[in-house]
Amino acid sequence: MIRLRSRHLLTIEELTHDEILEILDTARGMKEVFASREENTRAVKKVPVLQGRTVVILFFEPSTRTRQSFELAAKRLSADVVTLNIAASSREKGETIIDTVRTLEAMASDIIVVRHRSSGVPRLLSKTVRSSIVNAGDGCHAHPTQALLDFFTMREHLGELKGRKVVIVGDILHSRVARSNIHGLQKLGVKVTLVGPPSLVPREFSRLGVEIEYDFDRALAGADVVMMLRIQKERMMGAFFPSIGEYHRFYGLNRQRLALAKPDCLVMHPGPINRGVEIDSDVADGPQSVICEQVTNGVAVRMAILYLLASRL
Amino acid sequence: MTEKKGVSGGRMKGVMSAGEMTAVLEEMGSAILDVCGEDPPRFVGILSRGVPLSHRLGRIVSSGEREISEYGELDIALYRDDFTEGGGDWPEVRGSRIPFDIAGKTIILVDDVLFTGRTIRAALNALMDYGRPKKVLLAVLIDRGGRELPIQADFVGKRIEVGEQDHVRVRLREVDGEDGVVIFQRRKGGEE
Repeated sequence: MIRLRSRHLLTIEELTHDEILEILDTARGMKEVFASREENTRAVKKVPVLQGRTVVILFFEPSTRTRQSFELAAKRLSADVVTLNIAASSREKGETIIDTVRTLEAMASDIIVVRHRSSGVPRLLSKTVRSSIVNAGDGCHAHPTQALLDFFTMREHLGELKGRKVVIVGDILHSRVARSNIHGLQKLGVKVTLVGPPSLVPREFSRLGVEIEYDFDRALAGADVVMMLRIQKERMMGAFFPSIGEYHRFYGLNRQRLALAKPDCLVMHPGPINRGVEIDSDVADGPQSVICEQVTNGVAVRMAILYLLASRL
Repeated sequence: MTEKKGVSGGRMKGVMSAGEMTAVLEEMGSAILDVCGEDPPRFVGILSRGVPLSHRLGRIVSSGEREISEYGELDIALYRDDFTEGGGDWPEVRGSRIPFDIAGKTIILVDDVLFTGRTIRAALNALMDYGRPKKVLLAVLIDRGGRELPIQADFVGKRIEVGEQDHVRVRLREVDGEDGVVIFQRRKGGEE
């Protein structure tokens, strides 16, 4: 088996193609532990492998699903879990965060899962602590576990991803999910097209080797996956596009539009979704939507990451 | 028995031929039938070579009126007891798959080689997380001694005596292209 080279998971960029596949293969085994399906009859949805290890979940930014997903992943592996939600304060300085983490280490943490509104905080911490650091989202920079669960979900449906076409739509500019997906999908040989208003999809992104398209309908031709990003209504209005209605008309995913993609094109969304803004309810709840599977797969992928990092401790 | 140089430089010695393996499995199959009687057993193989062996035993037990069509596969990677030891690579996680309810059933747990007993300890814990079987019986092709836990097999193909450092390798046509069991003898303190 391949050992991860780093004891931290900070970005997708730092993983090799083979390391990504190792994580995805391990996650498939992990999914058997808790997924209720017909071919598996398991009664206890938990394994003892991380008994005696301590996982600290340290969130400086509000989140429910990612936090709960990590918590559940750690618990299904029998680790002890401590969750800390620290309300973000604009006056917070690097040093106070480092002190917080040192305090946690003094309580014998093995893995620290960090989310912070500022890009680079997980990397800063990784340089000062003995524990493994997992980036659970930092600013607009990276969200590697979300990207990995997206790849896992695509792979379950499409098999080999090389040569497939993935269209990512919405606020690319502020999206750490999009950034991590772009870097990872390229390592897997996937063709990526970014779609959205020019204010949210700057031309500069083409330097990453992706296609940029401002016409959503045209971008959908031949798409295997369409990934919708959340529009943060409160933050966006007025500044980046004229109105919610206008955004929905040009960049919202509805049934008619989805019909322009491949017939079995997967509909993905990292959640939480804004129904009627970036995606219509009949598409979000429709047969091509894998949004709920993404949530399930997130637990499996995070179990795999905790397992592979713990094996290096 | 043939003796020759192994690929890795140690001495390789055959301890079971393909023909002997077939005969031994037939005997184990009828022993399982004798014990289980009217109560049809379910087979669960330990990854990786316990799985094809469980299918072979199942086919032998199937002959006649009852047909065994579903088999379980057990991955013990997440149940090992050496995680706290530090160092060394952790095993690949492949996942277990048991497509039937084990509660109240007689389970024949199958592995290729019984050595320290630690794999079987892990397998029993893994199995219990699926439900509460009526009875678990252990079938192994080779018992090489050297137990570190109080575990014994109910059905044994062949007992062999080998040094603690020696490596016993079971080869099966399903995965290795041919049947047979060989041992690689290591000299004390030396390489294989």
